[in-house]
Amino acid sequence: MTSISKSHAPPVPQGRTEPLLVRIVLIAIAVTFLTIFVVLPLVVVFAGAFARGVDAYLAALAEPEALSAIRLTLLVAAISVTLNLVFGVIAAWAVAKFDFPGKTLLVTLIDLPFSVSPVISGLVFVLLFGAQGYFGSWLAAHDIRILFAVPGIVLATTFVTFPFVARELIPLMQEQGTQEEEAAISLGASGLRTFLRVTIPNIKWGVLYGVLLCNARAMGEFGAVSVVSGHIRGETNTMPLLVEILYNEYQFVTSFAIASLLAMLALVTLIVKTILEGRLEEGQTARDD
Amino acid sequence: MTIEVRHLIKRFGTFTALDNVDLKVETGELVALLGPSGSGKTSLLRIIAGLDWPDAGEVRFDGEDALARGAGERQVGFVFQHYALFRHMNVFENVAFGLRVQPRAIRPNEARIRKRVMDLLELVQLDWLADRYPSQLSGGQRQRIALARALAIEPRILLLDEPFGALDAKVRKELRRWLRQLHEEIHVTSIFVTHDQEEALEVANRVVVMDKGKIEQIGTPAEVYDNPATPFVHGFIGESIVLPVQVSGGQMLLGDKVLDLDLRDARTGPSHLFIRRHDVTVLPPGGGVIDGDVKRVRAFGPTQRADIALHVGGAETLIEIDAPRDRDLKPGEIVSLQPRRYRIFAGA
Repeated sequence: MTSISKSHAPPVPQGRTEPLLVRIVLIAIAVTFLTIFVVLPLVVVFAGAFARGVDAYLAALAEPEALSAIRLTLLVAAISVTLNLVFGVIAAWAVAKFDFPGKTLLVTLIDLPFSVSPVISGLVFVLLFGAQGYFGSWLAAHDIRILFAVPGIVLATTFVTFPFVARELIPLMQEQGTQEEEAAISLGASGLRTFLRVTIPNIKWGVLYGVLLCNARAMGEFGAVSVVSGHIRGETNTMPLLVEILYNEYQFVTSFAIASLLAMLALVTLIVKTILEGRLEEGQTARDD
Repeated sequence: MTIEVRHLIKRFGTFTALDNVDLKVETGELVALLGPSGSGKTSLLRIIAGLDWPDAGEVRFDGEDALARGAGERQVGFVFQHYALFRHMNVFENVAFGLRVQPRAIRPNEARIRKRVMDLLELVQLDWLADRYPSQLSGGQRQRIALARALAIEPRILLLDEPFGALDAKVRKELRRWLRQLHEEIHVTSIFVTHDQEEALEVANRVVVMDKGKIEQIGTPAEVYDNPATPFVHGFIGESIVLPVQVSGGQMLLGDKVLDLDLRDARTGPSHLFIRRHDVTVLPPGGGVIDGDVKRVRAFGPTQRADIALHVGGAETLIEIDAPRDRDLKPGEIVSLQPRRYRIFAGA
């Protein structure tokens, strides 16, 4: 973040900056661009949501289908974020603090979900668990439903959001090195104690940052979830899926009302993210020797 | 507590960090492991601490097998080059850490912990910093806190890895003297690693000179300085002039010039003549064993340092000498040099 110069900054002498006209043009381009691509869409979402007033907005959100989608989205996000939190911390710990064969491969695999289209990610699970899939007949025989049910949505979401926590933590932990852990061990602390008292406190802001991004993506995921969900109304529709369905059925107020919730999630995420970035930077400067 | 290391071997891939190392450290000694980077000194220290494991060999504390115990069970205080203070804990909690993680049965109560930590902070003269965080301290302060933290567990052995390596020259000198005094006070068997010969010679009772995973020489600072056992030690400790010479027919030849020096028991064949820079007397031309041109002179402090070109077989060999300032050397002057002390090591 660049800090804005203090109010008493001396005027910039001629020649050190661009001519006035150039400055105006450049600023105008930036503002126009931001308006069209960021501000307008946000405004449109909220305008659409409140088109028939606050009462209609609240009523739209109180519909059983909407409530069910909100509940499902929260549930799926809670499970996948927890899974990825546990996995991410363990993977980052292993990659950053130890050397073992296959480390590069593991790091590459962690990144895989970022490089694969979400639709493909969804299809992978159809291939695995679908009626014609590898485990399809076995699952059907044991009456276990994964596809077109909550477990499938959780799996797809977890897969897509897999890298967030690990990716955030690996460079942070690599930079911090292993000396503090070694110091703790030589002072007589157990491995678990060292992890809880030394490692975790050093990475807590990084963990929160990763969780935040992971959560935003988990709640907003459309492609992979769309493939595995089956769009069963009131059962397997998450918020992003419901927004699309309602929009296609011309139920604009309800559609935009739910979209506005997602937009608000994005705004909150942005604000918290900015705060966390400040904390992370503080942590970084505190580390300087 | 004595430390004994036998036949220690440590490899990293194809690189041999320790090549059959034997070392014995007596109770209460302050030993320096001195060597260039890559000489294996830090590997040796980390293996003694239990932070690394050897591929072969033994480590014994008072005769007892230390390799059978993990780092945390060896009661070893370890001080890291970059301090490794717990950055999210204040100074007090850093020092208290080793006490707080002790098993409940032997862990002191809060009042005892407080007393012990404050005593240690007084010992390192930083009791007024108890509430600060590591990031608020200077390098020298951080290193003293790291030392207090290592001492909190009442270590039987204190190991320090380049303890002053990250500090500036003035602080380093102060801390050296201070470490020396501290060791006289608490008398715990200590080993420190350094690549700085001055530090090793000034602080340690005994110096272990290492190169390429092997111990080159073990001795008191005076021994390793005055009687280097190998060409490496002569070249590494103190400033040396090294000249390639040929010993044959009872004569020493530098190129085509005969050097009129006592050969002692030097063997016939290619050898190296080692002379300390300050062990050279400057005489008028023809008065010493070899003549040379003064090229450049830097005069500061009690001595002057001069680059002198020796003309050997048509080529020019540049050497540096330290001479007293009783007579100022001038560039362009021709002088003759006479070594007062020297060593001849066989080998090309």
